[in-house]
Amino acid sequence: MSSERLLRLYREMYLIRRTEEVIADLYKEQEMRCPVHLCIGQEASPVGVCQELEPADVAFSTHRSHGHYLAKGGSLLALMGELYGRQTGCSAGNGGSMHLIDRAAGFMGATPILGATMALATGAAFATSMRQETRVTVAFFGDAAIEEGVFYESANFAVLKRLPLVLVCENNGLSTCSPLSVRQPPTRTICDMARGLGMTAVSGDGNDVLAVSQLARQAIDIARGGGGPVLIELPTYRWREHCGPGFDFDLGYRHPDELAAWQERCPMQRLVRHMEKTGVADAAALKRCEAEVQQEIDAAVRFARESPYPDESLLLAHEYMP
Amino acid sequence: MKPRTLRYCQAIHEALDLSLARDPSVYVMGLGVPDPKGVFETTLGLAEKFGSQRVLDMPASENGMTGIAIGSALAGMRPVLVHQRLDFAILAMDQMVNQAAKWCYMFGGQQGVPLVVRMIVGRGWGQGSQHAQSLQSWFAHVPGLKVIMPATPHDAKGLLIAAIEDNNPVISIEHRWLFNIEGPVPEGHYREPIGQARVIRPGRDLTIVAVSHMTIESLRAAEVLAEQGIEAEVVDLRTVRPLDRATILQSIAKTSRLVAVDTGWPSCGVSAEIVALAAEGAWSALKAPPVRVTLADCSSPSTPALARRFFPRVHDIVNAGRRVVGLEPLTERAPAAGDPPADVPDNDFRGPF
Ligand SMILES: Cc1ncc(C[n+]2csc(CCOP(=O)(O)OP(=O)(O)O)c2C)c(N)n1
Repeated sequence: MSSERLLRLYREMYLIRRTEEVIADLYKEQEMRCPVHLCIGQEASPVGVCQELEPADVAFSTHRSHGHYLAKGGSLLALMGELYGRQTGCSAGNGGSMHLIDRAAGFMGATPILGATMALATGAAFATSMRQETRVTVAFFGDAAIEEGVFYESANFAVLKRLPLVLVCENNGLSTCSPLSVRQPPTRTICDMARGLGMTAVSGDGNDVLAVSQLARQAIDIARGGGGPVLIELPTYRWREHCGPGFDFDLGYRHPDELAAWQERCPMQRLVRHMEKTGVADAAALKRCEAEVQQEIDAAVRFARESPYPDESLLLAHEYMP
Repeated sequence: MKPRTLRYCQAIHEALDLSLARDPSVYVMGLGVPDPKGVFETTLGLAEKFGSQRVLDMPASENGMTGIAIGSALAGMRPVLVHQRLDFAILAMDQMVNQAAKWCYMFGGQQGVPLVVRMIVGRGWGQGSQHAQSLQSWFAHVPGLKVIMPATPHDAKGLLIAAIEDNNPVISIEHRWLFNIEGPVPEGHYREPIGQARVIRPGRDLTIVAVSHMTIESLRAAEVLAEQGIEAEVVDLRTVRPLDRATILQSIAKTSRLVAVDTGWPSCGVSAEIVALAAEGAWSALKAPPVRVTLADCSSPSTPALARRFFPRVHDIVNAGRRVVGLEPLTERAPAAGDPPADVPDNDFRGPF
């Protein structure tokens, strides 16, 4: 991979990481008045997958969607506007963090009811096939979402119709505070289940953006080429609490050593180490890129804070499409 | 001696604790039930006390797990299912409405389904369209279900115990903004009868029929109205199905004026049912058209800027009360420093859920 390409991967992961950190810092001011599910530590999946997509390809996500939205090219300004509940937000303030959308960027929508957007993604892929388009649809979701019946139902239909669909399961081993072990049998993997349903299924290192992008490349090629849906399972780790800006190691359901071990596998540090090993690391370029990203984020926060709130007269305005 | 007080969430906890201890067929299951947050404290420590067989987490499979709970009830158990949001329980409508609600009737009264489904209604702090729905009227529409919506800690305990001991499916709808409200709760086992409303404040000038968190807001509104010389009687519905028609009609017969206040939407909602009841059963007593106070007729917006107009508040109930007694509405004083913002129950609330 070219050094520019690697730098771009770094930049995109850094954008997600810093955006989430800034949200976490500013959240205490109580001006972002909506639940936020941060994806710090999980940046390799959205970036690795989205960088392999064509601009016309589309993606759906869930409650933990900031990374997917940004990696797909969603507007940072509109994200911040939404978190601040302003009219300039990507959902005009109606949605908040759990309901992001940027149709121009092909980010079709994120909603927090577990499993729901898998079916919507399947439907978008179905439309693509009916309209004989070459677009691929991606659905991002967590390990708990596949416990919903809608996973089976969507997968069954997607396999039946050989739909151009890529299902990305970010397996962070947790559903709020509940470990995978109380939710799914230990001897059967998520990939086993997907294969049992007739899908191609692959698993790889969810914290290695290069590994992710390689898996994504293959999956997208299969889906686009008429080979039917593909599931990618990406083991990873959520650093912060399930919902909110802080850490939750005081709750006692997981140990800080776990975090330390996963921080060793930080997706961004790993990419930097890879660049160093292959001799393409350019410390000055990384610094420059970090400074640029920080400026973008600062500008977005300013933009959001200066944006007007929706006027009360708009309360009923969006209930139906005219 | 001052009566013992508990917070609403502690009262629910006590009801579960007692029920688990009294009857080995009771079990409690839901996403996060045994986790360190214990569904807003209502299940804290129960898994440690009663074991992970009887107090358990589950896969994120609401529909299937509801069917599994129903099946276990048919085979002798008394399951209590818990949903952190009502919106998640929607995934299980088939099992609740087609199966549990119908079982007794469609098999000629042979067997009931002793199932309790607890579900929590969110409000404010940007809960948005998929975390703040108050769909009691859906459930109350369905024969075969019972629907309780306790407003006080006392009733939260007594009604939940009654629900667990009932031989039919009971939907318990708990409003998130009630969880920290404190009130007297008797020690030990007691049942509050399902299907009985309660006059929670007597008054002669108008009747406010309210449910769940709106009962608390209606009591506050009644105080404001009293300062204006208007005595409102507040009827706390407590159960939405079966509806206690007699208590409501009795109150309207006394006051001749009705305000119906609900946490849900207006269209085909509980408030509509109350007004229909008044029209059918108290027509000649009514001296003014009834007024309803409900959510605005749109999905829940996330932004705090629209919270004031979306959610019904004390001010709206006060003005509804003034209207039925023929007085002009008052304009609201501008929010002052120190007032809690309109999207939180009190200044201590820090979100996120
Ligand atoms: C149908 C439904 N049930 C429960 C919830 C509550 N809930 C929100 S996020 C979450 C955990 C989801 O875990 P996972 O899918 O693995 O994603 P992660 O949060 O780990 O990214 C739960 C249980 C929900 N949003 N929707």
